[in-house]
Amino acid sequence: MAKIQLNGKKLKIQRNLTINELVKKYKLKEDKVAIELNGTILPKHVYKKKKIKNNDKIEIVQFIGGG
Amino acid sequence: MKKEIFKVGSQIIKSRLIVGTGKYKNFKQTAEAVKASGADMVTVAVRRVNILDKKKPVLMDYLNPKKIIYLPNTAGCFTSEDALRTLRLAREMGGWKLVKLEVLGDKKTLYPNMIETLKSTKVLVKEGFRVMVYCSDDPIIAKKLEDLGASAIMPLASPIGSGRGIRNKLNLSIIIKNCKVPVIVDAGIGTASDATIAMELGCDGVLINTAIAKAKNPIMMAKSMKHAVIAGRQSYLAGRIKIQKYGNPSSPNKGLI
Repeated sequence: MAKIQLNGKKLKIQRNLTINELVKKYKLKEDKVAIELNGTILPKHVYKKKKIKNNDKIEIVQFIGGG
Repeated sequence: MKKEIFKVGSQIIKSRLIVGTGKYKNFKQTAEAVKASGADMVTVAVRRVNILDKKKPVLMDYLNPKKIIYLPNTAGCFTSEDALRTLRLAREMGGWKLVKLEVLGDKKTLYPNMIETLKSTKVLVKEGFRVMVYCSDDPIIAKKLEDLGASAIMPLASPIGSGRGIRNKLNLSIIIKNCKVPVIVDAGIGTASDATIAMELGCDGVLINTAIAKAKNPIMMAKSMKHAVIAGRQSYLAGRIKIQKYGNPSSPNKGLI
């Protein structure tokens, strides 16, 4: 298992999970989110290749209502 | 009369009323209000996904970004760094380059921090964003933003969500006169007449959120704002009469019995 921080929450996830797999795990749609890995914004084309490591900090954001 | 075109950068916007999508009861009501307002551009915020609730509704399922122009904002950001991070994420989400920059300076008044705003505008323009900038109603700052490459200037009418209406007509009219890019009055509109006054001053558009979302009947208020903005624009274009000191009869005196 890998210990990560996802949207401020400490979680344990399966080792070597890709970003793409993480997106699917949380039933999110790739075109409706943006992802930051350890402070760096990930381009969508790397989601399939990028593997999540121990102690990674991930932020997944989306659009919500706002003025 | 020649058909008017309202454009920000290269983006044509059909409605001069832009609406915010915050503070509604739910996304269904948001979508209904947007439809009633006739707006084709809406502001949206960038926030963390709630990973604990996989079934939570998503704004995009109610407002299709292929049909409505999304204008990502930086609401809630108090530093240039946070604002830049937010808009870079928005761009990555789906290529949004036309954005609304808003860097707040104070939690109570929600007045913008213009030092951080100017700094952010410069960086964003350099990175290829087209930036619509929420700002104070200072004509000098507004001009400076335009010089830095802002695509639209968005001075406040009064504090965000206050519903106080237009507090400084003079400053707004100076900003409108000085700016070559569109001027959109943002924040503080409370009711339809406020929107009309803003448009009568010669603004290119108005951005409204709270006054619609928090009205007793948001859908009816959305319609009202749509008409108010159209009325104000047409009144501005039609050219109002001169204000006279004394009365001037509407019926001719000739032929009086």
